[in-house]
Amino acid sequence: MNNVPMAFGAASHVATEVDNVFIFILVITAFFFVTTQGALIYFVIKYRHRKGQPDMATSSVITNRFLEGIWIGVPSLAVAAIFFYGYTVWENMRTVPKNAEEINVTARQWLYQFQYPDGRKSINEVRVPVGQAVKFNLTSADVLHGFYLPAFRIKQDAVPGRYTYVWLRAANPGSYDIFCTQYCGVGHSQMRAKLIVMPRAQYQQWYRQETASAEKVLPLADEGKAVVQRLGCLACHSTDGSVKVGPTWKNLYGSRVLLESGKTVTADDNYIRTKILDPAATTVKGFPKVMPTFKGIIKNNEITAVIAYIKSLK
Amino acid sequence: MKNYLNETRGLSSWIFTLDHKRIGIMYLCIILFFFLVGGVFGLLVRLELLRPNNWLMSSQTYNEMFTLHGVIMIFLFVIPIIPSALGNFFVPLLIGARDVAFPRLNLFSVWLFGAGVLVVIASFSHPIDTGWTFYTPYSARTAAAVTILVGGIFLMGMSTILTALNFIVTIHRLRAPGMTWFRLPLFIWGIYATSIINIIATPVVGMTFILLVAERIFGIGFFDPAKGGDPLLFQHFFWFYSHPAVYVMILPAMGIISEIIPVFSRKPIFGYKAIAYSSLAIAFSGFLVWGHHMFVAGMSNAADIFFSFFTFSVAVPTGIKVFNWIATMYKGSIHLDTPMIYALTFIFSFIIGGLTGPFLGALATDVPLHDTYFVVAHFHYTMMGGTVMGLFAGLHYWYPKMTGKMLNEKTAKVAWALVFVGFFVTFFNMFILGMRGMPRRWATYPPRFQTEHIISTVGSWILAAGIVIMFYNFIRCLKKGEKAPPNPWGGRTLEWQVPSPPPTENFSEIPVITDWPYSYPKREE
Repeated sequence: MNNVPMAFGAASHVATEVDNVFIFILVITAFFFVTTQGALIYFVIKYRHRKGQPDMATSSVITNRFLEGIWIGVPSLAVAAIFFYGYTVWENMRTVPKNAEEINVTARQWLYQFQYPDGRKSINEVRVPVGQAVKFNLTSADVLHGFYLPAFRIKQDAVPGRYTYVWLRAANPGSYDIFCTQYCGVGHSQMRAKLIVMPRAQYQQWYRQETASAEKVLPLADEGKAVVQRLGCLACHSTDGSVKVGPTWKNLYGSRVLLESGKTVTADDNYIRTKILDPAATTVKGFPKVMPTFKGIIKNNEITAVIAYIKSLK
Repeated sequence: MKNYLNETRGLSSWIFTLDHKRIGIMYLCIILFFFLVGGVFGLLVRLELLRPNNWLMSSQTYNEMFTLHGVIMIFLFVIPIIPSALGNFFVPLLIGARDVAFPRLNLFSVWLFGAGVLVVIASFSHPIDTGWTFYTPYSARTAAAVTILVGGIFLMGMSTILTALNFIVTIHRLRAPGMTWFRLPLFIWGIYATSIINIIATPVVGMTFILLVAERIFGIGFFDPAKGGDPLLFQHFFWFYSHPAVYVMILPAMGIISEIIPVFSRKPIFGYKAIAYSSLAIAFSGFLVWGHHMFVAGMSNAADIFFSFFTFSVAVPTGIKVFNWIATMYKGSIHLDTPMIYALTFIFSFIIGGLTGPFLGALATDVPLHDTYFVVAHFHYTMMGGTVMGLFAGLHYWYPKMTGKMLNEKTAKVAWALVFVGFFVTFFNMFILGMRGMPRRWATYPPRFQTEHIISTVGSWILAAGIVIMFYNFIRCLKKGEKAPPNPWGGRTLEWQVPSPPPTENFSEIPVITDWPYSYPKREE
């Protein structure tokens, strides 16, 4: 499956679309390849200097507006088409379906730690069901890492101190490679993990068993709830839509937030993270600038849990 | 007869020389030496990849080898070689001047460069293992001698800035009477555009290195999220320099090709103004595309779209040059001497390097191909297939002028054949490796990638054999080569109107220019 060039072995619909872009570019560049290399080789053979021939060219044309117009115009159109097609497919790659399941990924030297919604963690192996959209929220505990699934044609760097994401919807069951593509030190080339795609029913059975047998872990959103209770967040933020000192968290995630600066931002993972660590940077319009920073108080994994909790407040 | 080589003798006559030609030769010797050193590191990298496991060296050693290969090839070879070595030697000759505008500054530049080289060598005590891109946070944490190494590169950067300044003033002020802007040889346009990039962009990388060093020594936290910094900021700074730097690497080589193609086709260059303006267009738009190195780094989606769009705007002026070179050969009288063969090789492989660019500029396909061997293949096709082939073309073209001796043509062609075959065997199947998902900078890999790696490694040996023979030819012909006439190729630019090698101040009388340098007469049929 992974053993063939990019144009084959696509493991998802998106991967097939990416391959189509690849083939589209290949056809266009093949045209330019053949015309330019063909002319180059043909001219060298046809016009090469032969012994006994006068040492002079038979033409001294130095410019031709029409020709030059063509080779400015045609390539311009070609690259515009490539840009546009590449952009449209990429837009799908970046747009996560609404019903996507979420799995948090923390990359560190030199392994991947996955965390499922029920709070369970696993190292270097993650399971997803066939046909289900899955979003991987990536972050790093130390240096930059990559998160590359060749069969799905997706890749994203994991960056310390912020969240990035990729999503996929696997078409077939199987075992797929996850590679680190961002140089991260001595263990870089050994930083590999597996994505295991299971039939849906089998996956659900596996998931229930694992949840039951896992020892004393709270689901991620519940852990987040415990964190916000411990840190006193609920003194100012409600979870039911009522307005307290600060904005409510109900339906906050993914909504558009108008800031005091006049800018409108989407309340995504990075927004919530910044809000917790550097609240003064993004005061919401109509609310007082009173929130203290929780830097040094809250841990990285607790921030992730709080985000999961806020997401759950619909 | 007195010339720049035998006018004075002794080591100090070189170290304290103000002659642009001697300074050019000093750059050439230092830089070509490091080309060989960087090549040895490259061969070691390839050797390790012969097998999927750590059979030859540890992963740590491998990481140091590929970093040193990259750092040396980029900063000590590809960036400086054509401007500093060939540029110094030929810019004054081609515009009809006796020297550059500031000869003492020029000497200071080569000293700075030498000092930088020494500092870089000092850093080998704790070999750097960050990759040539020095991405934070890793580069801020590693125990390797990052501070010393970037200090050395900083000195070389200052040398580059001063040299660029020198060239710009020289080209503006010291052109011979009648040498208007549109009578300038195209090599000069290439050097001029390069110098502008160097003056604008090199200070940025210098400042970036200062921030990195401050981060390492004082722990300030510009790039450390735990202190409110941003690791991606480093990438933005770094590529703001390093993307324009790839045009610093390629534009002078394109200039050489624009000189050689008309000379060996005995025909005026086609579309002179388009080639000249496209150099400036590339230099300008090169500043708007740095983000295409960061499509999967975690930038905003809007930034990704912007950078992808502008990336394609570089493709058009680059294409214009290629089309114009090919059109120049139409109905020419093509002489396949070694300089021309290397120039044709440049065009042939640069087309492949250029046409694989759109796969990486388009957002959808860049995502899977980024940081794989596809990228490694792409930039080796532009840098090795492009710049280095252009350099080899220039070295064979100007060797008679610089040394007063002809190269052995037969040996040169044998070397070319090996270089050409070795280059394609080494790098072509890296495109396939990348399409199959092989990440770059991996010391070990799954066994299913081994076949391609074996082919590449064998290719690297063929390539190395070609380069050894080429250098043997260079060295041997210093003594044994036939004496070179002033104008062995029938060139019309000014360097061919003075003896080989040129006298110390180039021109006994400054020439008066009445025509552009490409007026080859037409043969009536």
